[in-house]
Amino acid sequence: MTERNHHPLLEIKDLDVAYRIRGSVRRVLRGVSLRVESGSILGVVGESGSGKTTLALAILRYLPKEGFIQAGEIWFDEHPIHALPLEQMRTIWGKEIAFVPQDPSSSLNPSIKIGEQVAEMLHLHPDDARARVIQLFKTVQLADPEHVANSYPHQLSGGMQQRVLIAMALNLKPKLLVLDEPTSNLDTTTQAAVLKLICDLIRDRGMAAIYVTHNLRLVRQVCDRVAILYAGELLEEGPTQQIFDQPNHPYTRGLLDSIPRLGENKSHMRLRSLEGRIPLSGEPTLGCNYRSRCHLSIEICEQHPALFELSGSRVSRCHRWDEIDRGEIDNRKSSAESIPILRTSKKRLPILGIEDIRVDFPLQRTFEEFIGRKQPRKVQAVGGVKFEILKGQTLGLVGESGSGKTTLARVIVGLQDTAGGTMRFLSSALPSRLNGRSMETLRQLQMVFQNTDEALNPYQTVEEILRRPLQRMLGKNRTAAKRDVLFLLDSVQLSAEYAKRLPSQLSGGERQRVAIARAFASHPTLLIADEPVSSLDASVQAAVLNLLNDMQEKDGTAALFISHDLAVVGYLADVIAVIYRGQLMEVAEAHELFKPPYHPYTEALLSAIPKIEYKNGHAKIQLKGEIPSPLEKLEGCPFHTRCPHRLGEICDQEQPPWRTLASGKRYFCHIDEDGLQKLSQDNYFRDYAELKE
Amino acid sequence: MLRYVLRRLGFLVLTLILTSMIIFAMTQLLPGDTARVILGREAGEGALEALREELGLNDPLPLQYGNWLIHFFTGDWGVSFSTRSAILPLLMGRLRNSLMLTVVILFMSIPFAILLGLSAGLREGKLLDNLISVGSLSVVGLPEFVSGLVLIQIFAFGLGWFPANSSIRIGSSFLEALPMLILPALTATLVLLAYVARLTRAGVIEELKQPYVRTADLKGLPRRTVILKHVLRNALTPTITVIAISFGWMISGLIVVENVFNYPGLGRMLLFAIERRDLPLLQGVTMLTVVGFALANLAADLIYATLTPRIRLS
Repeated sequence: MTERNHHPLLEIKDLDVAYRIRGSVRRVLRGVSLRVESGSILGVVGESGSGKTTLALAILRYLPKEGFIQAGEIWFDEHPIHALPLEQMRTIWGKEIAFVPQDPSSSLNPSIKIGEQVAEMLHLHPDDARARVIQLFKTVQLADPEHVANSYPHQLSGGMQQRVLIAMALNLKPKLLVLDEPTSNLDTTTQAAVLKLICDLIRDRGMAAIYVTHNLRLVRQVCDRVAILYAGELLEEGPTQQIFDQPNHPYTRGLLDSIPRLGENKSHMRLRSLEGRIPLSGEPTLGCNYRSRCHLSIEICEQHPALFELSGSRVSRCHRWDEIDRGEIDNRKSSAESIPILRTSKKRLPILGIEDIRVDFPLQRTFEEFIGRKQPRKVQAVGGVKFEILKGQTLGLVGESGSGKTTLARVIVGLQDTAGGTMRFLSSALPSRLNGRSMETLRQLQMVFQNTDEALNPYQTVEEILRRPLQRMLGKNRTAAKRDVLFLLDSVQLSAEYAKRLPSQLSGGERQRVAIARAFASHPTLLIADEPVSSLDASVQAAVLNLLNDMQEKDGTAALFISHDLAVVGYLADVIAVIYRGQLMEVAEAHELFKPPYHPYTEALLSAIPKIEYKNGHAKIQLKGEIPSPLEKLEGCPFHTRCPHRLGEICDQEQPPWRTLASGKRYFCHIDEDGLQKLSQDNYFRDYAELKE
Repeated sequence: MLRYVLRRLGFLVLTLILTSMIIFAMTQLLPGDTARVILGREAGEGALEALREELGLNDPLPLQYGNWLIHFFTGDWGVSFSTRSAILPLLMGRLRNSLMLTVVILFMSIPFAILLGLSAGLREGKLLDNLISVGSLSVVGLPEFVSGLVLIQIFAFGLGWFPANSSIRIGSSFLEALPMLILPALTATLVLLAYVARLTRAGVIEELKQPYVRTADLKGLPRRTVILKHVLRNALTPTITVIAISFGWMISGLIVVENVFNYPGLGRMLLFAIERRDLPLLQGVTMLTVVGFALANLAADLIYATLTPRIRLS
């Protein structure tokens, strides 16, 4: 960082950003220095509270009202961004630096047509502007650009909205793109396509980009260099490949290790989770910010570490970087944690069986239908799903948004009426309506929800939340229940002092622990978990997955684990079911699912997941278009509109058969085993049983 | 959209039927014998009975209600007890006056209120915002008879710009009436101003937080364009809806203002009918009020739907 003769496109020097909160000043970024060269992509990785979004907004000089640049400089292409008057930033925004936001649906004005929102940036005659917009929409591969231009934002899918925002960002040919988690709200297959588009465009046009994300997989695939932020500080920075292969800082190592590899399963090893929590931003710290969570921390770590320079243009903020670099100490936690979990019970009873479950959502009638007194039309949300869960077994249900996986969970817990089909729970029929179920059934069937903010009553303390199921379902008296609350807290690794707290005083991970404790309070036989970790940070995810696993193991609880993340499902599940547009596509044992032959949809999903172990380029299989709207009635196979291996008319017209392979894998496709074997392009199975040193 | 409009119209009809029942029932519950009220205390029992028969007062209630409704729709609103004149033409004249006053109030208050709200919202928490908030709240706290009298003192007796008495002639044209409309409209404006300005302010503050504003800024658009084209359009939706609803209040709810200035609008007519226990007149005014409010509500719903593509297009 000493050479002065060469100026990178963007250079950040010792940047401090602070927020004024009720009179006090909190520093959320401390001494951050970064450079981005033209034509390269820098990944900025951090968990929530790391300051990564603040960094992105500081580069744009678009901090919230309370935020300000306290010290340091930001140089962009000869412009001193840190010192420019705000009005002058308007000549840089859009034209020199453009921004692609995280939440496409709220980032477009709901009451202005899409085409106008893009065209208003161009100071052109309306006809010329229109032509430019259409051209631009073609560049970002929007099908039917004329139609998109005439639509309002709510008429487009999330993937299309994000393409529009990318088109906006590219409109005035900026030199630098700031990308703030641009794909995190999109489905796996859409995410793969949008990401490929962004990268191709950046490379083609020789732009530079800052890619802010918590998703390490994407960073590995996309970025040239990566910076790791923690509690407002840069902990490590360097070329992506080197950092991923040989992370120096224990935090980087911990983050990388906490992510389940595709195909890794709980039967191989526990996930290596990071203990503790990130210091709140702005909390003054004296020593190393990470030391309370670090297994290598020694006396010197009480002092604040500098950024040490490693070979290969890397930096690391760890006092023990040298020992780690030379291999004298291991920054990987090698505790007893990697002992494999053994699952013993051989003879397993079926706990839950569902047969031909169908769910319809009635549509509002049109005026003609209303006058004609016709029955309202229906949209099929779930169409004839059948599966069985055995005692102690975890069934993973994978699907993209709108595939019906949450609807199915709601059916099983009795919150959703069915249009047909039967359910059996513990060898007796399970009524679909909640008020037809006994207290004993409720006790045995519990649920953990996705959204940790909304699933707990904000006005009840943790103790009240946990005491209720104990008193109501297990019939304990108040004193006994109060005592058991402490056991429960202990079982989810929360100390007794948490009993008095309100949900708002807990972090996302802690709230989810409370939710899990609540679900397990009544010793259920079956747990329904709907995306329980997808709103959590990577390091917290691992700890919660381990916890779920331990709790299940202890009670022999069976689980239906729902997620869109195939790697997470692959880790936790014994059996995986893949669902698409309300129909199961494939059911297989977890490890079999990752071995060929693949169902065409499963293969597309597998290929869309970026690998963390190596750079595998972009997804080999790019599905065309998006999941058809549920309003569209499809004959034949539900996947035929996007299937890369569509045989012909048979797929559009005839329901495919269920086929069973020798491995036990069952799949729903017109193509037979030999055919699929030939078509499967890659092998996504890696034998982690052998890898676990 | 057509479906939406028809649904709203359906609700409107339902509301009117329900309120007409309530109005009808209320007059039934009131003590006193209509026939005796008409014929006076000295009338004999035979005459009373004959009149009751003639007026249908001996019919079963549903039939009476049906007749009353049919008369109402055919424009036969009866004769006022106290003025002995046909009610419908009387009320139509008053309605015209009320509408004239409403138009003046709207033109005086809305642009100013929106401007104040926008200025305050854009400078949330700053000096100007606080000044506007405190100022408009202190004005709205004044009862209309106080602010009205203060305005009369200043503009009529002090400066002599406008007349203190607004009792316009029947059938006078809008331009003739205009000078007399200014002071009552100003008084009503003071009430409306704080309300509309605060609503606009809240809308602006809320919309400024939306991510699409960030998108618009970071596109490099001039701040003016961001505010006027992106923010204001969405921020005004609730304001416009409320203005449409308050239309009903302006037509018949300005009882105090109209009395302070002696303005012959529907509000004063209502007070007059109550004071004289003039039941047919009271029914007429109330029904007209209800229709006004219902139409104002319908207009608010339709405007809201038109401004919100998500509703308009579904």
